[in-house]
Amino acid sequence: MNGQVPVVEMTNISISFPGVKALDEVSFRMFPGEVHSLLGENGAGKSTLIKALTGVYQIDSGPTDSGEILLAGSRVSFAGPAQAQNAGISTVYQEVNLLGNLSVAENIMLGREPRRFGGIDWRATRRRALELLGGLHLDIDPGSLLGSHSLAVQQLVAIARAIDVHAKVLILDEPTSSLDADEVAELFRVIRELKAEGVAILFVSHFLDQVYEISDRLTVLRNGKLVGEYRTDEILRLDLVQKMIGKELAILDALERRIVEPGGGEGDEVPLLAARALGRKGSIAPVDLRVYTGEVVGLAGLLGSGRTELARILSGIDRPDSGELVIDGTPHRFRTPRSALARGVAYSSENRRAEGIVEDLTVRDNIVLALQADRGWFHPISRKRRDELAVSYIQALNIRPANPDAIVRNLSGGNQQKVLLARWLAVAPRLLILDEPTRGIDVGAKAEIQKLVVNLAENGMSVLFISAELEEVLRLSSRIAIMRDRRLVADIVNDDLTVDSLLAIIADGELTAVAR
Amino acid sequence: MNASRMFSSRLFWPVVMLLVLFIINLVAFPGFFSLEVKNGHLFGSLVDIARNGAPTLIIAVGMTLVIATRGIDLSVGAVCAIAGAVACSIILGSPEPGSIGTVAVAVIVALLIALVLGLWNGFLVAVLGIQPIIATLILMTAGRGAAMLITEGQILTVNSPPFKVIGSGFVLGIPVSVVIAVVIFTAAALLTRRTALGLLIESVGINPEASRQAGVRSRGLLITVYTFSAFSAAIAGLILTSNQTAADANNTGLFIELDAILAVVIGGTSLAGGRYSLLGTLVGALVIQTLVTTVYTVGIPPIATMVFKAAVVTAVCLLQSPTTNAAFGRWRRSLGRGRPGTRTAERASVS
Repeated sequence: MNGQVPVVEMTNISISFPGVKALDEVSFRMFPGEVHSLLGENGAGKSTLIKALTGVYQIDSGPTDSGEILLAGSRVSFAGPAQAQNAGISTVYQEVNLLGNLSVAENIMLGREPRRFGGIDWRATRRRALELLGGLHLDIDPGSLLGSHSLAVQQLVAIARAIDVHAKVLILDEPTSSLDADEVAELFRVIRELKAEGVAILFVSHFLDQVYEISDRLTVLRNGKLVGEYRTDEILRLDLVQKMIGKELAILDALERRIVEPGGGEGDEVPLLAARALGRKGSIAPVDLRVYTGEVVGLAGLLGSGRTELARILSGIDRPDSGELVIDGTPHRFRTPRSALARGVAYSSENRRAEGIVEDLTVRDNIVLALQADRGWFHPISRKRRDELAVSYIQALNIRPANPDAIVRNLSGGNQQKVLLARWLAVAPRLLILDEPTRGIDVGAKAEIQKLVVNLAENGMSVLFISAELEEVLRLSSRIAIMRDRRLVADIVNDDLTVDSLLAIIADGELTAVAR
Repeated sequence: MNASRMFSSRLFWPVVMLLVLFIINLVAFPGFFSLEVKNGHLFGSLVDIARNGAPTLIIAVGMTLVIATRGIDLSVGAVCAIAGAVACSIILGSPEPGSIGTVAVAVIVALLIALVLGLWNGFLVAVLGIQPIIATLILMTAGRGAAMLITEGQILTVNSPPFKVIGSGFVLGIPVSVVIAVVIFTAAALLTRRTALGLLIESVGINPEASRQAGVRSRGLLITVYTFSAFSAAIAGLILTSNQTAADANNTGLFIELDAILAVVIGGTSLAGGRYSLLGTLVGALVIQTLVTTVYTVGIPPIATMVFKAAVVTAVCLLQSPTTNAAFGRWRRSLGRGRPGTRTAERASVS
């Protein structure tokens, strides 16, 4: 890269919000044809930096903001995202920002549809969309509704849309957080192609494996400050993580092998929850699963293998049409999440924004919501008790900002996740079903949540832990249930399991495939 | 409250608008603020505004809660007409139209029927899942027809002193309708803010699915707010009917749903649901009623009344729009350059 002109050069960027210095004299540069990773914990300033680059924030509008942005050597100042896009900076955000009620083709071409006789040329629109989807090897009907596809497909559609703008700079903010291994490989193939065409790609991900696999260089931010810029092949993973969190990895190490023994002797103890041939047509094949008091059961499987579907049936969101659900030895029918909660089964959705947080309410209101709903509207929790609950969970889970009156919309993803966890912990469930609780959040928060799961189990709570990250499932679970193609294919005690043996089961779907 | 918070408050522009209208009235009619006691009753322009605005306010209170759940209730005007028709036909059909007992029965039956109508709206929205605008449109259209059937197409004129008290009587010198409005407003405020009803309503309005998963019984909540809305509409209908001493199925409460929605919106509650402000709705209802009074005091010809009203409403909406607010924010920042902490909340999201 010596002597080459950077396509993006941001110098001494400072941006403040009331009470927070989000970016403090941060410099950042990218060269054409490189994949550059931006790393840092939640709240490190990654999103703010991206928003400054994409024109969402104008650096000259606030009195305490400063810095300048050069695009291919000339100074730019974007008044909004549209200007940045026209200048060749395209962004795919972490949460898919597309319109579920429009077709795939309409989403890809929205705002720049080919024109003909003053109207939209629908045939050309569809053809162009089909070409772009083909480039991503995505075999879906461009006329189908976007909302009918999985999150992963929607993510790829968002990327197809971004690619079409003939971007010089493509920003991918957590593009892989909802993709499975095959889809990630597919995405990386696309990224490499774009890179070969000279596009500079800014890659943000919490998956360090992926960062190492795809990026040429990386920039680390911490607490709004620049830590440094490194070549990926010159920095060790351990050093990188330390630079990101600024402390030793003591929490993570302490977690190793602290797994609680599998719950009691099989047979004599009544399981807290038992699913007997529980199934739902078009969703999952009948499942047998038992969860004992105080154990962490991991639920692994590829995206779309039926993990979330099973969790939704266990927690009363969807109704089963076969089999039965037994709590403490007594069969129950959960008609609503409310009836599951009444039996002590809480479900924390993987879809944090759509099904989890109530974003216009305060942190306090979000934390007490489930508890208040359980008590009914006529028995309000006193202001004093609400404050106590909020303050204690803010401290226990290290929620930032530590302000019960903060509107949840304004919190970072990791902190929103913690608020959601606090909501479920406040109702003191007996079984907590956590669906991808660490997706899209940083290393520090991830370790805190993992530690919390272990502590909860030690205190007698059962946890059904769903995650695409096998290391995490292995670290936390005493038993691991594995789903494949919408059926439960294995239920194994986690004594000498490894990522490889899990992968073998996930891939082959056979219990016999386990290398003991 | 510092200047910056005062500006960003949802109540700021509605209150300013109300004050401006007051000043215009004061200039056109110097006695605008004067109150006098005649025969032990309070009189004056402000009293007139409060009394005439009471029905709209009462309906707007119910409408606020409905809108907070992402809904809307178009049927309130029709419910006004039904309540008035029922009460008047009972009074007329009774051998003693002047007795308190007859009026009490008439009022209670009218309110009970309104409760049933509210349950119907709630059933359509919460149980059958029909979009609120369509669900309540049914009763908006059919309700007037039902009122016509009850009155048999006639304007029912009643001569019943106890009934007349509701719309034009006084308690301790204060108009009864104003007292009723204050009671309804206070009851709604206490009921939603002292209990957890307000929190749950807002939660359902902002994110129904998250609320469901948190165990909120949104079905019951929706039925409650639509029932309350119909109940308050019936009270407003009784006040209107009593004031006119006649039930007119065609005209009682005509277009009052639009005034009520307007009051809610002027008060800063978003039609998208979620956070609501009853105090804002109070100010909104007062703005609308003061506007009507202003038309008379300033002497605007009746044919231009609607245009004038539209102009004022447009002004309020413009002042409240996010774009205008952002522009104001930039303007204030340029005045107070170097002073930190004047950003809007929207930009305050930290990565």
